[in-house]
Amino acid sequence: MATVTDERLFGKSIKRREDPRFITGQGRYVDDLKLPGMTYAAFVRSPNAHARIRRIDTAEAARHPGVVAIFTGQDMTGVNSLPCGWDLRKEKGVPGVIQDLAIVPHMPLSTDAARHVGDPVAVIIADSQDAALDAAEKVRLDWEVLAAVTATDKAAAPGAPVIHAGAPGNVAFQWEIGDAAATDAAFEQAAVTVKKRIVNQRLVANAMEPRACVARYEDATGELTLWVTSQNPHVHRLLMCAFVLGIPEHKVRVIAPDVGGGFGSKIFLYSEEVVCSWVSRRLKRPVRWTSTRHEAYLTDAHGRDHVTDAELALSKDGKMLGLRVRTTANLGAYLSTFAPAVPTFLYGTLLNGVYEIGAIHCHVSGVFTNTTAVDAYRGAGRPEACYVLERIVEAGALALRMDPIELRKKNFIPKFSGAHQTLVAVAYDSGDYPAATDKLLRIFDYKAFRAEQEAARKQGRLLGVGFSTYIEACSIAPSKVVGALGAGAGLYESAKVRVHPTGTVTVFTGSHSHGQGHETTFAQLVAHELGIPIEQVEIVHGDTGSIAFGMGTYGSRSGSVGGTAILMSLNKIKDKGRQIAAHLLEASPKDIEYSKGQFQVRGVPGKAVPFGAVALTAYVPHNYPEGLEPGLEETSFYDPSNFCFPFGAHACVVEVDRETGLVKVLRYVAVDDVGNVINPMIVDGMVHGGIAQGVGQALWEGAVYDERSGQLVTGTMTEYALPKADQLPMYETDRTVTPTPVNPLGVKGAGETGTIAATPAVVNAVVDALVPLGVDHFETMPLTPERVWNAIRRATTR
Amino acid sequence: MKLPVKMTINGQTYSHEVEPRLLLVHYIREVVGLTGTHIGCDTSQCGACTILMNGQAVKACTLFTVQADGAEFTTIEGMAKDGDLHPIQQGFWEKHGLQCGFCTPGMILAAYQILERYPNPTEEQIRHQLEGNLCRCTGYHNIVKAIQWAAEHMQGAAAKK
Ligand code: FES
Ligand code: FES
Repeated sequence: MATVTDERLFGKSIKRREDPRFITGQGRYVDDLKLPGMTYAAFVRSPNAHARIRRIDTAEAARHPGVVAIFTGQDMTGVNSLPCGWDLRKEKGVPGVIQDLAIVPHMPLSTDAARHVGDPVAVIIADSQDAALDAAEKVRLDWEVLAAVTATDKAAAPGAPVIHAGAPGNVAFQWEIGDAAATDAAFEQAAVTVKKRIVNQRLVANAMEPRACVARYEDATGELTLWVTSQNPHVHRLLMCAFVLGIPEHKVRVIAPDVGGGFGSKIFLYSEEVVCSWVSRRLKRPVRWTSTRHEAYLTDAHGRDHVTDAELALSKDGKMLGLRVRTTANLGAYLSTFAPAVPTFLYGTLLNGVYEIGAIHCHVSGVFTNTTAVDAYRGAGRPEACYVLERIVEAGALALRMDPIELRKKNFIPKFSGAHQTLVAVAYDSGDYPAATDKLLRIFDYKAFRAEQEAARKQGRLLGVGFSTYIEACSIAPSKVVGALGAGAGLYESAKVRVHPTGTVTVFTGSHSHGQGHETTFAQLVAHELGIPIEQVEIVHGDTGSIAFGMGTYGSRSGSVGGTAILMSLNKIKDKGRQIAAHLLEASPKDIEYSKGQFQVRGVPGKAVPFGAVALTAYVPHNYPEGLEPGLEETSFYDPSNFCFPFGAHACVVEVDRETGLVKVLRYVAVDDVGNVINPMIVDGMVHGGIAQGVGQALWEGAVYDERSGQLVTGTMTEYALPKADQLPMYETDRTVTPTPVNPLGVKGAGETGTIAATPAVVNAVVDALVPLGVDHFETMPLTPERVWNAIRRATTR
Repeated sequence: MKLPVKMTINGQTYSHEVEPRLLLVHYIREVVGLTGTHIGCDTSQCGACTILMNGQAVKACTLFTVQADGAEFTTIEGMAKDGDLHPIQQGFWEKHGLQCGFCTPGMILAAYQILERYPNPTEEQIRHQLEGNLCRCTGYHNIVKAIQWAAEHMQGAAAKK
């Protein structure tokens, strides 16, 4: 029988319950799975960035020992294009659309042409992985190689090779937000204007676990089980069944077991899992595919890749009068699952930042190129917006010769509660932006740093500090609103709470953990709410076979949306429990209150029944309220009324080596406000990881295509520079707490803040270090030694 | 052509006939069936496959199985003894040194080597020695803390002996 505890677990840094399996090597990732009769898939991919398929000759490959079957796109009859889940078209009533989204086909195996290096055109199925890989090399491909375009700012240039017949000029869409006329007027009044080209380079998510899938079709039952590295197994199932393969959803079970990081890249439906599922049905044997790291670079959706011209209009005394932004967003060769949303509604709507700005206008063109598809990567649109804003604000401060903190403070939206309507559609939930900055400055000791910087400069050392005062949007909702913006899905979350007869609890959540620690955080929430020991709570996620439905985990939505769904089910459990308890205690349900694990008659402390006894009664309903259903299990779907808007202030200190251009991060201080926090240790951990990724973008990372050949030059970990332990400092993290009124938990979301805030903080710091030498801007990241050295040289030899 | 190999992994002897091109990491995962050793790259950068070979940390993707003939290995599955976590494992748990857990086995075995070399390591030594192990989740902060925790507790245990 369940026992009772009054331990307050909400807000406690308890150790993670999932860790024992991971630290002992007992995690169960997709590639660990081996099934009897298993076959192995290897994909034949285009070595060309752009080429028409003349012929695919598989005869020799088919003779390779161990090969079971070979399929090309021609064989996959009755299969449809991978869907794009965001429909940016005027006829759908989507606001801001200037030119409709060109919905171009994306077949799982291309039949007509390859449009980026790595585009799959055939699959080899063999008895062993080695046989499949060996045979793949024997497939003869006859290509008509075409001219390719990979650069964002050249995709729509006249004469650029056309990638899709359905998208002339390679323009995927054009979209705007804000008020163009008001913004023009603001610029006319401005005392000072600054204009910068701000490039947000292409990144690769690089979750440490490469994507993988195992598909198993069982002929006897007609059931297909797909184990896949997914952040949202129900979404995977829905898209694959309903849109691509046309197979009945109820005969398909998608399982996302332990998943080794996602950062966005595992949200999307990819060709490989679709092909493996189709093949398994065809061959009636299990099929496993695991991406190599090189394949991951070629095929995992990339992130960012914006070229922006940003202008800020300021009054003499530093009021922000107007912001004008023109962005070209590279979508890659195909439309990935949520690609059109990222550079539009997740980007333009964040350009108000934490500032009062007189007028804003933003225009975005999405373009196709011969590159890997681009979609959400940690932050998705919001880091791009924050980077533009925090860089242009910094440029404004330089132009005004004003301290960057002073300029920010002059323009902060004052503390508010309720709602703050921005000029770019969204209304912020709650915020105290000056407070986060004040706290940061206290921890950081800004004055002392400026003195130290002065002293260092006298010795010829280049120290700099960079700030970023950011805002971001989490738990994007409600479904009705996102639907009106073009989403093909709802953005709610589900939770089923099952109380067992002995009073222990299993929670089935539609959120998915791939590092976020839901098995701990959600269990804390449940144990806290019910007043039972955490050991009596189990969290189940990642299996469409046992979970009602789920939208999964991305956009920092699990705590706020998934957590609230759990809370709603707990409340229903308590309501039903109250009726049962009232019957047992011979009282009225309205007089029963739930506290510390028991139902008791209000004001009569002795008259109580523990949670476990009520649970048992629900399943052994001998002495039971008339008309009440037995059992104690409740399901809820929570659809939030608004987004949540975490915010904060970060500071980074760097030292630049004048001789080599090497940037060293000396100090990093972060003050975040993510609303209420369930497990501070876990939240801090996510902030740390986010900062590392943000610093990575500023200083080291970047996917580079060779413009002539269209080859991905950074196609392995040797060339793509991921942050390493010896390049990063310890992070100093702290918080302010401004609960959101949007959900009853007051939780905003904490998964992406670091990534959003860190990149501009670092770049601003490098610029701050170099200002005395005359360097006032970097158009492009990462700030590699070469780029920094060149900037210093250009500035000092002018 | 297949060649015979014989080795000890976590105290147990294994012998198989393998193709000369079979990487040790694939042997351990696919033939022996110990899946705690992970594969995160194809260029020997990530360190997810780190194991101990005759007490030294090696990346299991850098060796052919046939090169491992006669050697003695410890993988993550062999770190806990009789159900007791190794202090390094405990440190990762205590200090939240992992999130998705994918890099963790490699990190723990790399940490073992670090603490053999530097029983009382500085932060800088830890960071420098971890250069061959990538983690995309933690930003390394808590991995450093975990190894420091382990160092303290291993020293404490050694002092008691
Ligand atoms: S798999 Fe061995 S180093 Fe990456
Ligand atoms: S914990 Fe996920 S890669 Fe290190």
